[in-house]
Amino acid sequence: MSPATTQNQRTPAADTRVDVRKTYKLYIGGKFPRSESGRSYEVTDAKGRFLANAAQGSRKDARDAVVAARGAVAGWAGATAYNRGQVLYRVAEVMEGRRAQFVAEVRASEGVTERQAESLVSQAIDRWVWYAGWSDKYAQVLGGLNPVAGPYFDISAPEPTGVVAVLAPQASSLLGLVSVVAPVIVSGNTAVVLTSELRPLPAITLSEALATSDVPGGVVNLITGRTAEVAPWLASHRDVNAIDLAGAAGAADVVWGDLELAAAENLKRVLRPAGTSADAVEPDWTRTPDLSRLTAFLETKTVWHPKGR
Amino acid sequence: MVDATARARDLLGVSRLTNAALTTWLHGLPGVDQVGCEARAAGLGTRSIKTTSKAWAIDTAISMIDLTTLEGADTAGKVRGLCAKALNPDPTDSSTPRPAAICVYGDMVPTAKEALGSSGVNVAAVATAFPSGRASMAVKLADTRDAVAAGADEIDMVIDRGAFLSGRYLDVFNEIAQVKEACGSARLKVIMETGELVTYDNVRRASWLSMLAGGDFIKTSTGKVAPAATLPVTLIMLEAVRDWRDLTGEMVGVKPAGGIRTSKDAIKFLVAVSEVAGDDWLDPHWFRFGASSLLNDLLLQRQRMRTGAYSGPDYVTDDSPSLY
Amino acid sequence: MAKFEYAPAPESRAVVDLKPSYGLFINGEFTETEGGSAFKSISPATEEVLAEVTDASEADVDRAVAAARRAFNGAWGRMSGADRGKYLFRIARILQERAREFAVLETLDNGKPIKESRDVDVPLAAAHFFYHAGWADKLEYASLGSNPRPHGVVGQVIPWNFPLLMLAWKIAPALAAGNTVVLKPAETTPLTALLFAEVCQQADLPAGVVNIVTGAGATGQAIVDHPGVDKLAFTGSTGVGKMIARSIAGTRKKATLELGGKAANIIFDDAAIDQAVEGIVNGIFFNQGHVCCAGSRLLVQESIADDVDKRLKRRLSTLRVGDPLDKNTDVGAINSKAQLQRITELTAAGEAEGATRWSPECELPSKGFWFRPTVFTGVSQTHRIAQEEIFGPVLSVLTFRTPHEAVAKANNTPYGLSAGVWTEKGSRILWMADQLRAGVVWANTFNKFDPTSPFGGYKESGYGREGGRHGLEAYVTTEGKA
Repeated sequence: MSPATTQNQRTPAADTRVDVRKTYKLYIGGKFPRSESGRSYEVTDAKGRFLANAAQGSRKDARDAVVAARGAVAGWAGATAYNRGQVLYRVAEVMEGRRAQFVAEVRASEGVTERQAESLVSQAIDRWVWYAGWSDKYAQVLGGLNPVAGPYFDISAPEPTGVVAVLAPQASSLLGLVSVVAPVIVSGNTAVVLTSELRPLPAITLSEALATSDVPGGVVNLITGRTAEVAPWLASHRDVNAIDLAGAAGAADVVWGDLELAAAENLKRVLRPAGTSADAVEPDWTRTPDLSRLTAFLETKTVWHPKGR
Repeated sequence: MVDATARARDLLGVSRLTNAALTTWLHGLPGVDQVGCEARAAGLGTRSIKTTSKAWAIDTAISMIDLTTLEGADTAGKVRGLCAKALNPDPTDSSTPRPAAICVYGDMVPTAKEALGSSGVNVAAVATAFPSGRASMAVKLADTRDAVAAGADEIDMVIDRGAFLSGRYLDVFNEIAQVKEACGSARLKVIMETGELVTYDNVRRASWLSMLAGGDFIKTSTGKVAPAATLPVTLIMLEAVRDWRDLTGEMVGVKPAGGIRTSKDAIKFLVAVSEVAGDDWLDPHWFRFGASSLLNDLLLQRQRMRTGAYSGPDYVTDDSPSLY
Repeated sequence: MAKFEYAPAPESRAVVDLKPSYGLFINGEFTETEGGSAFKSISPATEEVLAEVTDASEADVDRAVAAARRAFNGAWGRMSGADRGKYLFRIARILQERAREFAVLETLDNGKPIKESRDVDVPLAAAHFFYHAGWADKLEYASLGSNPRPHGVVGQVIPWNFPLLMLAWKIAPALAAGNTVVLKPAETTPLTALLFAEVCQQADLPAGVVNIVTGAGATGQAIVDHPGVDKLAFTGSTGVGKMIARSIAGTRKKATLELGGKAANIIFDDAAIDQAVEGIVNGIFFNQGHVCCAGSRLLVQESIADDVDKRLKRRLSTLRVGDPLDKNTDVGAINSKAQLQRITELTAAGEAEGATRWSPECELPSKGFWFRPTVFTGVSQTHRIAQEEIFGPVLSVLTFRTPHEAVAKANNTPYGLSAGVWTEKGSRILWMADQLRAGVVWANTFNKFDPTSPFGGYKESGYGREGGRHGLEAYVTTEGKA
């Protein structure tokens, strides 16, 4: 179903089918609940035309999502890197299968041409594959043996930090979204994601792909709604280990410095938005990333053991 | 009747059986590597048991079941129903073997004895403040004696896990030895509650302690705590009874209990018995399954082998559906 | 007769579609030989002929190298790492999809138990492709130097003991790094490599990127000597490895060699004894002992030697030797008559030099190539059976008194591929690992492999590593202009 055909349905012609429209809900704990607040808000396309109602997530939804995310950490972090890599690759397979749906939604949400939307979707899928391939390698690049000056075996290894709150980019509704979510979960973290406020629909379709790709419930949780309303509750939440502020750029009534201030309460690891000084901008998501979004959510553990007969 | 303490002194080579002596002996047993143990169990689980060997395994498994009901809500009616099931597991097929025993709470022993008569199906009673074991020794012994007096053929006791985990091995030893004495001619199964012992090293030590103290059977679980009977834990127990026989010439039985629901699972356990302990343990006198729903799954498999078609719950009798 | 007899549980052969004859896979298609001949591939368990396979000529090898060169200069060489990775992901996924087919074919051709092909060989092969797919566009992170580039055309010759897995170990990193490949499977086990060629076609791999040329020693030599091959990778005997090293001396051709071994599996008195016994069994009887890193020498601490001996022999009596396609078989057939002859000869030597020989009782099939699991006790360092690689299900047992003595005996060999250490004491594990001159040290485990974990030997067990970040090194160069 393409949202762009909505306005043609007002006076159905004899041979035009009345389509079944999707209800866009939240994605929490592997399920699709409505917001506990019962609220929704209108999502429009780039030209201001009605696309759909999206659930307007509340602080309680965020709270529930954190519980779900925390519950999923042991299993996801405890899975083998190989397994996580395969699950992420499967997400890419399912996304590829749903290309057309993603292209239509990106097109409608961002107001880009068909050709541009195709390119963005392809890049999003390829970005997902790029990260899938890191799952069983980053430890070899980032960890290693330390040659201490004594008879000790000494090794440093990266471990996931736990539950990561993510403010997804406001403008880049799929490529930007994938670029912030994949690096969080590939290493075993779980994520609570606030989607783009004005362009949330591709995120919910992505969550459908996640739900059908062997991603365990709770590993990724997606909340649509007003960034300024929900973000502070995640920034101050003491059972959240880290926060990615990418989506502060371009969000109405959001001052990322205030979010960082709230996050300092339990010393969350904070990934600041791109930009200089107080400005927050959205970076160019088409550039191949480096490892910084991976390392931002990793802890290094060093282990010692004597060597002796 | 063996004097467990005297025999223990002799085996350990000490003049007095102290907690320190027991600790040294138990902690001197070889360790268990968790990953290696689980890998061996998984390997045994890949055996493909088909056709004639499957039929044999199903019948053998049925004959090794201690058909169990241990609910607070148990009534005479429930227990009679279970006994009727034990006497005639599959009314459509009289060639079906009977389980080895019924397992009930001590106060249900008279009901079970009456229902089973002289059929040869034994009555096993749980005792010693099952499942927690948290009561005085006097209470635990009284619990045991009552069940024995009511005619129980077998007693399933629980060890004091608190004592074990705090290193009071001598207390656990004495407890088992005293209950064994109270059993008279009834056979004693010692429930170690392996789920609460957690480590495989503890399972090995508890197994050896239970055998040293005179247990006739070592048993994994009460069934009230998860994880209950797993294949790796049972593997360690089979190694223990095997090595105990090498050391003393005596056989001790093994009973995994709780969580064994499917025929496939049961067959894996029989494979483990065969390949780890050996043929002598492939007998209801030396190996039991503590189970309730397992029996019906075995019957379904038996029917499938007989008829060639998959069967369903409508074709096995169930006197014990869930209360809720 | 045992109480619990296992009825036959054969895996069906129907999943495999064997052709009566196979050509060579060159430039993306199956083609007839130019001047070569044919030979038969048989099942070592039954001696039945499975298929006729081509013995490639020098002209065939030349064609294959040329196809690989064209692909390197063309589509593959121009392709981004990300795209190369996608082809490797496709291959990995197809291997997973066709897993049962590959497992059965491997068992038929090699003689190894279906339980092993199904649970070890095929899953690991798929995992190798999956792992390396992810490296293809990340080479700059692998500490390979600045601007790592592929060599070009890689010639690869693999052995018969893990045919598909060795193919994966060779092809996956080569392609991930951007090379193209000419690969020769062993002459007794060509079939899964030929089926792999079909997978390349299904994945739409550009023509010439992978070329499979079947044949025997002469074909292998032609690949080694071909001037159009930039790099060689060989897994096989130390003898042939030395021949290759001589062949390329004075040229600029690079090589990595993964050769033989005579690994010591060392058991201390404080080992977790039941798991250690499993480790001995896995170490030498897994894959019928046809493993370069097999724990073929058991070094057991003298104080527990009798106990370990008793436990080991009891354990061996439950090993099932027989039809490799039976799901309950633990030990399959010896891969060839020639290999059987070698094992027989060396074990006879063992008896002659005074070691005590023991095997569990087991019935062996009348047709096919079979050898009972065998244990020699009372073995000394100077015995041939303690020095020479038997490459069969034969264990030589020696004793030691102290950790130093264990280390000295373990290292007292020209080989240095692997070693095993069994003790519950952590510091001893790490100390022993430091002392042992072996490329892989397994502590409280044995014969564990993973695509992320580098594998390879010291000394005459070869040089170079396969798997992991280190395994990429062999397939890139930082020399010459970009």
